[in-house]
Amino acid sequence: MQLRKVTATSAAVLALALTATACGSDKEDGGSGDGKKITIGIKIDQPGIGLKTPDGKYVGFDVDVATYVAKELGYKAEDIVFKETKSQDRETAIDRGDVKFIAASYSINDERLQKVDFAGPYLLAHQDILVRADDDSIKSPEDLNSKKLCSVTGSTSAQNVKKKLAPKADLQEYGGYSECLTGLENKVIDALTTDDSILAGYASQKNFQGKFKLAGFKMTNENYGIGLKKGDADLKKKINDALTKMVSDGSWDKAVKDNFGPANYKNEPAPKIGDVVK
Amino acid sequence: MFDFLEGYDLLGAFWVTVQLTVYSALGSLIWGTLLAGMKVSPVPLMRGFATVYVNVVRNIPLTVIIVFSSLGLYQTLSVALGGDDTETVNFRLAVLALVAYTAAFVCEALRSGINTVPLGQAEAARALGLSFTQVLRLIILPQAFRAVVNPLSNVLIALTKNTTVASAIGVAEASYLMKGMIENEAQLILISLVFAFGFVVLTLPTGLILGWVSKKVAVKR
Repeated sequence: MQLRKVTATSAAVLALALTATACGSDKEDGGSGDGKKITIGIKIDQPGIGLKTPDGKYVGFDVDVATYVAKELGYKAEDIVFKETKSQDRETAIDRGDVKFIAASYSINDERLQKVDFAGPYLLAHQDILVRADDDSIKSPEDLNSKKLCSVTGSTSAQNVKKKLAPKADLQEYGGYSECLTGLENKVIDALTTDDSILAGYASQKNFQGKFKLAGFKMTNENYGIGLKKGDADLKKKINDALTKMVSDGSWDKAVKDNFGPANYKNEPAPKIGDVVK
Repeated sequence: MFDFLEGYDLLGAFWVTVQLTVYSALGSLIWGTLLAGMKVSPVPLMRGFATVYVNVVRNIPLTVIIVFSSLGLYQTLSVALGGDDTETVNFRLAVLALVAYTAAFVCEALRSGINTVPLGQAEAARALGLSFTQVLRLIILPQAFRAVVNPLSNVLIALTKNTTVASAIGVAEASYLMKGMIENEAQLILISLVFAFGFVVLTLPTGLILGWVSKKVAVKR
């Protein structure tokens, strides 16, 4: 009988656990802005772009842009709900209406344009490399062919290196940029490659300041846009107007300075709306 | 419908998965058998070591073990396992980590098999004057293995799927290609289904064949 009691209890616990996870979705309706909430997709693991701080705040350039746009759409700061959208989930999150729009280092490209619409671009970034501050051996992208290079598994930057930029480079890929930075510090890896905005964000972090520098190679053009539901022309126009205003009133420059300043990052001037640099 | 598959080496990626699986399966079978032998040995130190090893390794997430093998062993301690380029080193590190992890499960499966062998068998063997290793090698393990084909095939299927974790240190197996494809193609659901199907193709026959083998070789008691 003892055994049966235990089985019954554990079954009950299991059932409870299952139901608890089943109803764990609370959807906000991103409707109009009168006290309603708006959900925005961002990255939470890219310093300088979108990062969740240990005390639960969100900081970064994308966060600043998203906040500004939401304000222009009529939402107060406390009505904004930030939601992590990982790279592979971005299109799905927009499709399902989990988020109203996405500002998460989201480069505009043709495959993505078939699925979602983009407002912007609001930043022109380039693929670049980060090296140790005292390392001057890499003067052009070709020099990478004899070097150990690091990037994130499956990322566009890693694929670019393999296909075009430095096919002979010894490429190490990790699940996240943090592992690459460890290797870079340990001198096991010579360079880390991804968008310069992200690299600048890492180099600006307190524990890395002064250790790394950007090489300044403009290897690709990454046009960061704000992703939204396909066919929502009204929202697209509103976001574009907000972005235009953000540039003209100086908030855009301030956001760049705040987030990328310490890394000595030479940003491109604010792109014109609808002007995608191939 | 499936035009997004063009230009990707799908078979090549799954071939790496198969290689990872086969090497890790062989390695973990050997190491797991040794561990099981230690667990039933008359030497307290060996028994203690095997118990601690199994309990520790079994309870660490595989991702942690694999990432540690790269960051800890390779980057910090420069253990390259005789590989020259990053690709080879990562592959070997991944196999090492998978062997270390899977062996714990193999050991436990085998020990349950050893428990199915009646004690009289071992006693009779000892009475004939066989040493402990002879008893284990000639009498106990052959019977134990025949009893645990099914549990071991479960471990093998789990191992096949666990190889996907190797992409965390950049081993170019199936899930690594999947991440790249999702990044480029924006076709999350279709791509995931294709790869899920690929793994079913790998694991389903494994299960069926080993199920049949287990019926053939089972010890009728």
